[in-house]
Amino acid sequence: MTSPQTPGITSGRLSQEQLAQNFEDLHAPCDGHEAAVAADRCYFCHDAPCVTACPTDIDIPLFIRQISTGMSEAAARTIFEQNILGGMCARVCPTETLCEEVCVRETAEGKPVEIGRLQRFATDSLMARQGHPFARAEATGKRVAVVGAGPAGLACAHRLAMKGHEVVIYEAKPKPGGLNEYGIATYKTVDDFAAREVDWLLGIGGITIEHGRSLGVEVTLDGLVENFDAVFLGMGLGGVNLLEIDGGEMAGVEDAVSFISALRQAEDRASVSVGRNVVVIGGGMTAVDAAVQAKLLGAQSVTLAYRRSQAEMPASRYEQDLAASKGVHLLCNVMPVAMHGDGAVAEIELEYTQVVDGRVTGTGETMRLPADQVFRAIGQTLAPADGLEQERRKIKVSDTGRTSMDGVWAGGDCTPGEDLTVVAVAEGRDAAEDIHVALMA
Amino acid sequence: MADLTSNFLGIKSPNPFWLASAPPTDKEYNVRRAFEAGWGGVVWKTLGEEGPPVVNVNGPRYGAIYGADRRLLGLNNIELITDRPLEVNLEEMARVKADYPDHALIASIMVPCEEAAWKAILPRVAETNADGIELNFGCPHGMSERGMGAAVGQVPEYIEMVTRWCKQYYDRPVIVKLTPNITDVRKPAAAARNGGADAVSLINTINSITSVDLDSFAPEPTIDGKGSHGGYCGPAVKPIALSMVSEIARDPATAGLPISGIGGVTTWRDAAEFMSLGCGNVQVCTAAMTYGFKIVEEMKRGLSQWMDEKGYRTTADFIGRAVPNVTDWQYLNLNYVTKAKIDQDACIKCGRCYAACEDTSHQAIWMKEGRVFEVNDAECVACNLCVDVCPVEDCITMERMEGGAVDPRTGQTVSNDYANWTTHPNNPMAKAAE
Repeated sequence: MTSPQTPGITSGRLSQEQLAQNFEDLHAPCDGHEAAVAADRCYFCHDAPCVTACPTDIDIPLFIRQISTGMSEAAARTIFEQNILGGMCARVCPTETLCEEVCVRETAEGKPVEIGRLQRFATDSLMARQGHPFARAEATGKRVAVVGAGPAGLACAHRLAMKGHEVVIYEAKPKPGGLNEYGIATYKTVDDFAAREVDWLLGIGGITIEHGRSLGVEVTLDGLVENFDAVFLGMGLGGVNLLEIDGGEMAGVEDAVSFISALRQAEDRASVSVGRNVVVIGGGMTAVDAAVQAKLLGAQSVTLAYRRSQAEMPASRYEQDLAASKGVHLLCNVMPVAMHGDGAVAEIELEYTQVVDGRVTGTGETMRLPADQVFRAIGQTLAPADGLEQERRKIKVSDTGRTSMDGVWAGGDCTPGEDLTVVAVAEGRDAAEDIHVALMA
Repeated sequence: MADLTSNFLGIKSPNPFWLASAPPTDKEYNVRRAFEAGWGGVVWKTLGEEGPPVVNVNGPRYGAIYGADRRLLGLNNIELITDRPLEVNLEEMARVKADYPDHALIASIMVPCEEAAWKAILPRVAETNADGIELNFGCPHGMSERGMGAAVGQVPEYIEMVTRWCKQYYDRPVIVKLTPNITDVRKPAAAARNGGADAVSLINTINSITSVDLDSFAPEPTIDGKGSHGGYCGPAVKPIALSMVSEIARDPATAGLPISGIGGVTTWRDAAEFMSLGCGNVQVCTAAMTYGFKIVEEMKRGLSQWMDEKGYRTTADFIGRAVPNVTDWQYLNLNYVTKAKIDQDACIKCGRCYAACEDTSHQAIWMKEGRVFEVNDAECVACNLCVDVCPVEDCITMERMEGGAVDPRTGQTVSNDYANWTTHPNNPMAKAAE
């Protein structure tokens, strides 16, 4: 019988019942009364700080007031007007570092209005009952190509379709949704929400998705520019940074994003393999998602190894606490220097670090941890896109997403700026508005 | 330790908290439990004439107004007087009074406006040994359509007439319960006094429709698609009740007439406020209907604690102490100048004061860089709206300007002398300075 103690990398460490319990909704949805009580805590601030903090500028006090007057579906419309992926953002936004961080009730009593949960309450209520809430404008006859069916591409396509344009989305993967479908912890988006949300979004009409079509392979940028009135690039970061250390390519050393993706796509979670002793290298959201899920799958010990101090971790304090609460060991100020093992990794050697003149350097002192599975979560890179000016190894864009190439816009993770779903939505939407202006001029 | 015992019209009770005549005092079972729970007195659910009792609707009797978290702020009812036979009520009252001689038991009565009807019921009530009677001239629904309740309370002559009959045929204290559904509560109160009433009690409930069902377009509570106005009570009506009580307490025609205060009393503080405006005791209904009889425990302990803190030995030490401070607008000191002041350390930067002042008041609050809100004294008229809308207690306060300082809004030097509208130069009726 396989258990958390079973050595090596194996599947089926936990029972189906235990797995089902471990992967249930991280935050249970609130019921009507709970929502009313939570909504009543909103002060309806003047020029509210939460709106300023929201990358998509959702009128939060307004939608919360709409919930408190019993109009949750009207509240959802207020949200969707700004953010068509408001349902997903309600689940995955790090609200603790955005709207809820600046809520005046956070200032007043250390307990913000539960904006994320209220947004989910509103968006769920509309999506459960209504069809698509928006209608398309009269057809313009213009055609726009969108590369990538992730948050940026979908937000852009939806806004363009609303304006009456025809949109074709070219997507490399077999399913739409991008990181919402492949890259986010399952307990943040249960019941196949990412796929259901895309179906619902496509209800606007005028959007076609062609799967298995990657840029630079099945389609070319030049070809798109030639065949469409405008192009929006919203692809994700295809490349994963490698560990350039001894043993960095050993069996058992894997990408965190692949692990997360495999788990999301698995029909049966018990079929996903995980090590007995897992070490995740990195300190961002991907690292936390991989570490927590490894633990939930039944790994006996999971260590998240980060090269700087805990305060400097890109993952929010909330995410760190979540990881700790699930039994993940947060080990800071260490960096991997070698993997040891006979063919497959058995131990990871870490060197303690210190920051000298702003740079992380090893102290010379090392330690070893047992590790039969090591996940790399040390960042992803953009596959080079020919002919486009770059900035910080991403596609350089203007405020409205214009690239250096005429007729080509870009947004989402392939452009500079925070790699968050909500930021991608804002960039896709704003680029669509600019494309519309350009096409109708 | 404060002494909470109450002596109202010679009627003694262990504390000044009585249950008002209403559903909670409908029968022996409830009243016994209320006394055991600590209530000082009870006004029994209103008795009607002998004979077949009134009937109540069989659909909903109550409607509600809610605050946050379904906190009940206002209740509306269309229940009538007791629907149990007179003799049953009288027997129960006699039994309860015999078992609780130290608690107050008052009979509420509503019979037709005919001398014979009152002459018939009063001796029977007297036999119960109840401590007194309360004349229900207040209920605004149902019975008023039959010429009783508020229909009597709205005609001072009728009040005086019936009160006189009661004083003639009954030898214990007579309390007249007043309806607020009138233009000037001093008139019915004076009529009660002229008729010989020992006290008035107020307010009874206010005509109300709590809401309209927007699917059926029927008022709530709805009985088979129709609704009727009911009587409004609960915390929402307290300000109206306090004002009416104060009018009776300070009018020369009614001053000194004992008052039993009713209207939204929910906490010890509400009770203390009513009593400071001249009420000898208070009557409670909605708070008990919302939270149960145990709510009286908070009232007793809270009042006792406050009295100890203030050094009041008995309730008589503070009853009526706010009455001299209720005055007419024309006597308010126009030289009292205050300005709003925002405590920046307490401010949570919600901006509600700014929105309220900028949009609806005097544009006297600045919103500065970094969401810093400051008062512009040159525009502040001290209206207090910012204080009222601020979610943080004591964050915004009204600070008095010292005499000799110049009010930047008016350019006038603030005077410490009292001066009111009656002598103000803008008043065409101003009396010449002496």
